Amino acid sequence: MANRSDDPPNGEPQPEKTGISRRELLKRAGMAGAAGALPLSAAAPAVPSEPAQEPFEALTAAESDTLEAIVARLIPSDRNGPGAMEARAAHYIDRALAGPLASSRNAYASGLAAVDRYAEESRGAPFIELGPEAQDAVLGDMEFDRATGFNPDSSTFFELVRTHTIEGTFCDPYYGGNANFVGWDLIGYPGVRTVVTADEQRMERTPPSNRRSAYDYPMFTKGGA
Amino acid sequence: MAQTLPPADVAIVGVGAVGGVAALPLARAGLVVVGLEAGPWLGPRDFAPDELRNNVRGWPQSAQKANREVPTHRPNASAPYSPRRAIHPMMNAVGGTSLHYWGQSWRLNPWDFRVVSETTRRYGASRIPPGSTVEDWPFGLDELEPYYDNVEREVGISGQAGNIDGTIDPRGNIFEGPRSRSYPMPPLRGSGFTEHMADAARGLGWHPFPGPAAITSEAYDGRPGCVFHGFCSRGGCHVDAKSSTAVSTIPKAQETGDFNILTHAHVTRIEVDDDGRATGVTFIRDGQEYFQPARAVLLASYTYENVRTLLLSTSDAYPRGLANNHGQVGRHYFSHATGAGVTALFPFELNNWYGAAAQGVAVDDWADDNFDHAGVDFIGGGNLWIYTERRPIAAARMDTFGRAPRWGSEWKAFIRENADRWTNTYIQKTTLPYEDNYLDLDPEVTDPLGFPVCRITADFKDNERRIAAFMQERMVEWFTAAGAIDTIRLGLGTMGPSTHAYGGTRMGDDPDTNVVDRWGFSHEAGNLGVLGASVMGTSGARNPTLTAQALAWRTAEHLVRNWRTIGEV
Repeated sequence: MANRSDDPPNGEPQPEKTGISRRELLKRAGMAGAAGALPLSAAAPAVPSEPAQEPFEALTAAESDTLEAIVARLIPSDRNGPGAMEARAAHYIDRALAGPLASSRNAYASGLAAVDRYAEESRGAPFIELGPEAQDAVLGDMEFDRATGFNPDSSTFFELVRTHTIEGTFCDPYYGGNANFVGWDLIGYPGVRTVVTADEQRMERTPPSNRRSAYDYPMFTKGGA
Repeated sequence: MAQTLPPADVAIVGVGAVGGVAALPLARAGLVVVGLEAGPWLGPRDFAPDELRNNVRGWPQSAQKANREVPTHRPNASAPYSPRRAIHPMMNAVGGTSLHYWGQSWRLNPWDFRVVSETTRRYGASRIPPGSTVEDWPFGLDELEPYYDNVEREVGISGQAGNIDGTIDPRGNIFEGPRSRSYPMPPLRGSGFTEHMADAARGLGWHPFPGPAAITSEAYDGRPGCVFHGFCSRGGCHVDAKSSTAVSTIPKAQETGDFNILTHAHVTRIEVDDDGRATGVTFIRDGQEYFQPARAVLLASYTYENVRTLLLSTSDAYPRGLANNHGQVGRHYFSHATGAGVTALFPFELNNWYGAAAQGVAVDDWADDNFDHAGVDFIGGGNLWIYTERRPIAAARMDTFGRAPRWGSEWKAFIRENADRWTNTYIQKTTLPYEDNYLDLDPEVTDPLGFPVCRITADFKDNERRIAAFMQERMVEWFTAAGAIDTIRLGLGTMGPSTHAYGGTRMGDDPDTNVVDRWGFSHEAGNLGVLGASVMGTSGARNPTLTAQALAWRTAEHLVRNWRTIGEV
């Protein structure tokens, strides 16, 4: 965790920078059934997600595809490691739209349809069929209200998706996002601790990530006591 | 038809930060006390360190009574309404918002009790801002000191004294009024970052000190010391280190056997007899209406609900609302000016991920009348507060200081580098009551029972705006001295629903301008007491809870001492 702020000289993501040891990575790879098969540099940025055998809880399949493509551009996977897609932010949003964010369900139906309409009109294809640069151009048009056909306007929907994408990338993994602690590792959040010592609060001595969710502590779970 | 319950000596409406304190002296005196609380009991297992649930989605208040009656707001009587807040600033539970507040537990400074006379003496009466209805309190800090001292021990406050009987201790706040003895616990420890900021303040010639907190800094009263896990703000404590009333005064009151708490009790009215005396409280629980008779009633909900309950309790004796025959209920309202913060970016990591919002360093040099106001165009000032506790969603939502876009690879690189290199600050500022800032009942918006919600008509005035600009200058100065490479000044905002809401049932000797007398009892209904910051006529530059708790203890003690004239009439 030391010198987290220094950029890696060769542009390769450095596993130590996100608090994962090589041994831990190999252990995880082994647990996922891919023991030792991947070279470290390939495994590091895209820690494999759980197999997604789960329903769409709120979105339609087509809406989900579009949303996946949007979050993948908002927080892309790149030289700084995995992004919102790997964090499963869209999965978080789908699940939340069936529950706590239900009041936004209609905004997603209307907004995602408008994204595709605008992508076709302005760039000639639905959003998921565009290349990354064209997708970014569509999102930029939305952010600055240059995109048409949104109700009430495109920036409102853009901000809604951005807010929920950040939630889905940086929330406690219990909620279906921040998979494999992708978000917390990105910003160096060292994980949920229930006791923090004075030494762990010294400047420039951020403790190593423990990669723990609140609900890894049994006292906060339904079965715990 | 309401079902009438066995009579109590005292009914307390709301078992939170102040009702939970008042119960203790009453129960210890042998009075039979019933506490009516709209929320449930919550305990350590409820207080998961979960930012999404607690801070983003606002659990538990998002699921509660308070949330179904969020006040409406408009800046003035002819302005359009502000968008209605989705979540009430306070929560319902035994212990109330003391369960999940920051826990900063300040005494007011001496000046706060004497704003009018001290301003007039030092600068002339013309310096009282136009339109302000501010009055001196009916007593000074010396009257409240023993109650502060008592509550600091019974609730459990940690802190560093700065003035014991006139002897100044530079480790504490050198500007505080005299206290009779130290806090019962040493202050919360600093973090690397707060110590760095304290050094910078000393370099400017200022007087930084650790703030007082309703959080244990060591084992106290059977509870362990704080564990600094970083989910204190809007999260309860999983080890009971936060000194909420639910783990301090309330269990002590229950041990007497004379304090009975009814949870999920939604109080709708305070009833009165033909002579205008309170006879008890009507409430709804599980759809059934009950009447709790009592010889005295203490109204101890939050400021908005105190005012609303009085205004809804109309009767022949009080056609405009209980205790409102002088038309003062809802007047002299103000919410604390706590906006206009400063965000700073540093070129190094702060390791601010853990800690607590009450773990921090304060500067009081620019508060109250702690500096000469001859050359400035306002009275009062602000308290600067730098604190720890950073959570990941909030960290990722950081301002990009114009140095990166708000999404995409460049943004991702920016937050990867800077998520732990920025901080906000909390600047609490003197806020005054004004003639045209007030609370009343909304003419259109109701709760699910059909009762009007509270309506806020209020905005900051020039005095508050000038303080805000002045304090931001001081804060930028401090951040720059500490090595910040960029700062952003945030807006002051307006007086919407707030966790620091004052007035509406102001305390004072003159019934023409105040709802309750110097003891906290109604000038009109003598056996009705009002507890909470709604009785406070000035804010000072610091959190209200400890003052409201000291006043609550004092009102309860007054009731005990005068039981024969107040309760047994």
